[in-house]
Amino acid sequence: MKDLEKYRAWSQACVKCGACRATCPVFKAENTEGGVARGKITLAQAMMDGEVFAEERLVHDLSQCLLCGSCTNLCPNQVPTHEIVAAARRQVAREKGLSGFGKGVAALLTHKKSMGWMSKAGELASRLLCRQIPETSGLRLRFPVPGIPRERTFPKPSFTPFLNREIRQTVSPSTGPRVLFFTGCGINYLYPEIGECLVRLLNFTGIHVALTDEQVCCGLPALSAGAGDAVDTLAQRNFKALKPHAFDYVLTACASCHGALAGLYPTLGDDYQVFAEKTRDVMDFLMDMDLAGRLAGLPRSKAPVKATYHDPCHLRNHGLTQAPRQLLSALPQVDFVEMADAATCCGLGGTFSVHHYETSQKIGDQKAAHVAQSGAQIVATACPGCMIQLRDSLNRQNVPARVVHLLELVCRALPGQ
Amino acid sequence: MIPENVIRELREICGSKFVSCEKTDRILYSYDATRRQFLPDVVVHPADARAVSQIMKIAHTHRIPVYPRGAGSGFTGGALPVKGGMVMGMSRMNRILDIDQENLVAVVEPGVVTGAFQKAVEALGLFYPPDPASLKVSSLGGNVAECAGGPRCVKYGVTKDYVIGLEVVTPTGDLIETGGTTMKGVVGYDLTKLFCGSEGTLAVITKIILKLIPKPQAKKTMLVVFDAIDGAAKAVSAIVREKIIPATLEFMDGRTLDCLRQTAGLAMPEGAQAALIIEVDGDREFLDKQAQRILKVVDSLGVLENRVANTFEESEEIWKIRRAISPSLKKLGLEKFNEDICVPRSKLPEMIRRIEKISDQYGLPIVNFGHAGDGNIHVNIMADKADAKQMADAELAIEALFRATLALGGTMSGEHGVGIMKAPYLSLELSSQSILYMKTLKRALDPHNILNPGKIFPDDDDAHLPGEAK
Repeated sequence: MKDLEKYRAWSQACVKCGACRATCPVFKAENTEGGVARGKITLAQAMMDGEVFAEERLVHDLSQCLLCGSCTNLCPNQVPTHEIVAAARRQVAREKGLSGFGKGVAALLTHKKSMGWMSKAGELASRLLCRQIPETSGLRLRFPVPGIPRERTFPKPSFTPFLNREIRQTVSPSTGPRVLFFTGCGINYLYPEIGECLVRLLNFTGIHVALTDEQVCCGLPALSAGAGDAVDTLAQRNFKALKPHAFDYVLTACASCHGALAGLYPTLGDDYQVFAEKTRDVMDFLMDMDLAGRLAGLPRSKAPVKATYHDPCHLRNHGLTQAPRQLLSALPQVDFVEMADAATCCGLGGTFSVHHYETSQKIGDQKAAHVAQSGAQIVATACPGCMIQLRDSLNRQNVPARVVHLLELVCRALPGQ
Repeated sequence: MIPENVIRELREICGSKFVSCEKTDRILYSYDATRRQFLPDVVVHPADARAVSQIMKIAHTHRIPVYPRGAGSGFTGGALPVKGGMVMGMSRMNRILDIDQENLVAVVEPGVVTGAFQKAVEALGLFYPPDPASLKVSSLGGNVAECAGGPRCVKYGVTKDYVIGLEVVTPTGDLIETGGTTMKGVVGYDLTKLFCGSEGTLAVITKIILKLIPKPQAKKTMLVVFDAIDGAAKAVSAIVREKIIPATLEFMDGRTLDCLRQTAGLAMPEGAQAALIIEVDGDREFLDKQAQRILKVVDSLGVLENRVANTFEESEEIWKIRRAISPSLKKLGLEKFNEDICVPRSKLPEMIRRIEKISDQYGLPIVNFGHAGDGNIHVNIMADKADAKQMADAELAIEALFRATLALGGTMSGEHGVGIMKAPYLSLELSSQSILYMKTLKRALDPHNILNPGKIFPDDDDAHLPGEAK
C-alpha cells in the first residue's frame, strides 16, 4: 500500500477553500475543523513534515472520518481525502500499533484461538458471531464483539453462511458470459438470502453464477482501520481465489466490496488492474442484461408500496446512482420516491461507528429523518453495511420503514415468487 | 506563550473541552483559503456573548492577540492568527434566534452558515440575497466582518445592505448593541455599518439583525455568447440603459471559454470570445418579456448564440458552465493569483483592454470572469509555480492591475477584503490621511492592538510593495 509521503502532491492540491464543510457528514454532526477533510489533510501534511506525531488528539481526528468520499466529489481539485486519511492511519498504526484505530483489529489475521474477550461475550448473538465469522473477516473490525453496544440493532448471524449452503442453479455454466460472484462477509455471514437472490436473478436472466469459498474479506474494514499489511494479504488471497482472468465479470452485491475490488485493488499493482475491468455491481450488470425491460412487461400492482433508495458511498463514488433507481422504478410492486440527501453517508463508515458510535448515531438519525419525510415504507439499498446502520437508525428513531437490499425486492417481483 | 493561569481562566469560561493548546488543534485553526499558515497558541470556542466578553477582558489585560474565526473560507487571511495568540472560533454560536415574518427581520448568531440561513428564510417565502460563492460553508458572522458580496449583488446589494443591527464585544470586552430591528434609526453614529467589513479588527460580532425581503416568485436564465469581449462589455451597459437590472449578470472572457473548452469539454461556437450569463427574477409573467427585451438590446453587439432556459434543468445546465470555471482553471496546473477588482460598470470594456495589455507585458495568461453587472471582475493571473521569474512577474502584474483599476476609478477589492494579502497595497488606493483616520479609530478602540492585529494595515517595518526591493 502507498505510503503517506506518496500523497504529498495530492495534499498540496487542497487549497483549503473549505468546500468540504458543506458535505462532510462528520463535520455536520460535530462542527469541528478536525472533523472535516481540509483539517485532516492539513494534519496529514504536518505528519509528513514531522511536525506532529501520533498524539492522542491527532489519532482522534484521523479516526473521525467515514472514508465516504463525499468531500472528494465536491472538492474543486478532487483531492482523495479518504485515501490520504487511510494512508495517515497506516502511518499511525506503524508508529503506535493498530490499537489506535481498531479495538478488534489486533485479532485480524492472527489466528489466536483464545481471545480474552471471548469469555466476556455472553450474548447469543455474540457467541454466534464468534463461531461463525472467521478471524479474517472485516466484520470483526466493523463490530468487534464486545464493542457492539447493547442497544444496537444487529442482525443475527446466519446459522449457515451463504458459501456453505447448497445453491441449486437452473442454468448450466457452459452458456452465457462467465460470471463469478464475490460474496463478501456481510452477505456470506449476515444476509445470505441476498446471495440467494442474486443467484436466482442471474439464473432468471439466463446466466450461471460461479462461486468460490476460497474468497476472503475484501479488506475495506482493514483499510479503514489502518491495517495496510492486512489489506495486501487479503487482496493477494482474493486474487488467487477469484482467478479474475478466468471470468468475464466479477459481480458484487455489496457496495463496499465493489469499492474494494474496483477502486482499491487496482491501486495495489499492475496485476490488479484486471479487477477494475471486470468488477461490476450486480444491479448495474442486470440493467445491461435488460432486466428493467423484462420487469416492465410484468403486470403492475394495484397497491404498490412506496420505496426509496439510499446511495451507498462506494457505489455513488463510482457514479453508480442511476441503475438502482431505474431498477426500483421498473418494479411492478413499487412506487419509487426520492428522499432528501439520499447520497449522504449512512454513518457506518468501516470502523467509524465502533469508535464514534454517538457521532455515527447523529448521522444515522439525520438519515432516518429523511426516510420519514419521504413517506417511504421501504428503504432499498445495495450494501449490507448500510443495511445494518439504516436498520439501527430507523429503529432508534421509531421510523416504521423496512430496510431491504434492492435485490430482494427485484427477486420478489419475479414471476412465481 | 500564554501563562497557565490564563488558560485555566479560559477553561472556566468556555468549558475545558473548548479550550485547547494541543498542537493538533493549533494546526487545525492555523489556516484559511489563502493557504497561508500561522500557528496560534490557543484555540477557544466560546458558547455565548457573555463568554466572548469575559475572554476579551482577559485578552485585553494580558495583551493577548485574538482572532475571531467563522468558517475560515476567506481569501485575504482575515481569520489567520498572524501574530500568535488566540483563535476564537464562533462555530458554537450557530443558532437562528428569530425570523420575524411581520417585520421581515431575522436575528442570528454569527456561526450560522449562510446557505442554511437562506434555506430557512426561503422556506417561509422570504429572501436573504447576499450569495458569496462559499455560501454553503461561510458563516454569517464572517460575511458581515468581510461584507461579502456575490452574483446577486448587482440587483440586491451586498451584506451590509441587509445588516440593520449588531451585538458586538469590543476589544476591551464591553458588550454593546448597534442599530436594532427597525428599518429606520438615526440616533448616534451608524456603528453597524462601521463594523460591516471591518474584518474583525474593531469588534467580535456576537449577534446579527438582518433585513429580509420577499422571495422573488421565479427566475429565468440566459446564456449569450459574443464574438468579442467588447460586445459583451457593451451589452452590460446596454441592458442597464434599458432600465433592466438583472438579478445576476456574470461574464466569462475568451480565455475562460478556451479553458472550459479544453478541460471541461464545453461546446461553444467558433470564434466565441466572451459570454454572459444573465438571470432575471420577479413575477413569472414578466420574465419572458424581460428576457426578450434583453436579447433585443444585445442583438447588434456581435451575438453568436443565445440560449434561454425554459426549465429548471436548462437553467442548471447554464449555471454548470459558470461553476466549471474554477475546477477547469485548476486543471491548467498553474498557480492562480485571484484578485477581485471592481470598476464602474461603464469602464468594464476599458478595464478588460488594460488587463490584456498587462497580460502581454508580463507574458502571463490572465483569465477574467465574474460579476460584470457591478463591474466586479475576478482576475486570475496564472503563473508556473516552479518558475521564479514568472512568480515574481505575477507580483508585478498584480500591482499593475491595481494601478490600472484605480486609474479608472475602481477599487482593489470588491468582495474579498484587505486582510494580509492586500495590506501592502493599501496606500495605492487610500490617501495617507484616510489611512491615518482609520488607524486613529482602531487605536482608540483597541489601544493594545489585540483584536485581529496585522490585518488591513501594513506593518510599518515591512510597508513596501511585494515587487519592491526591501
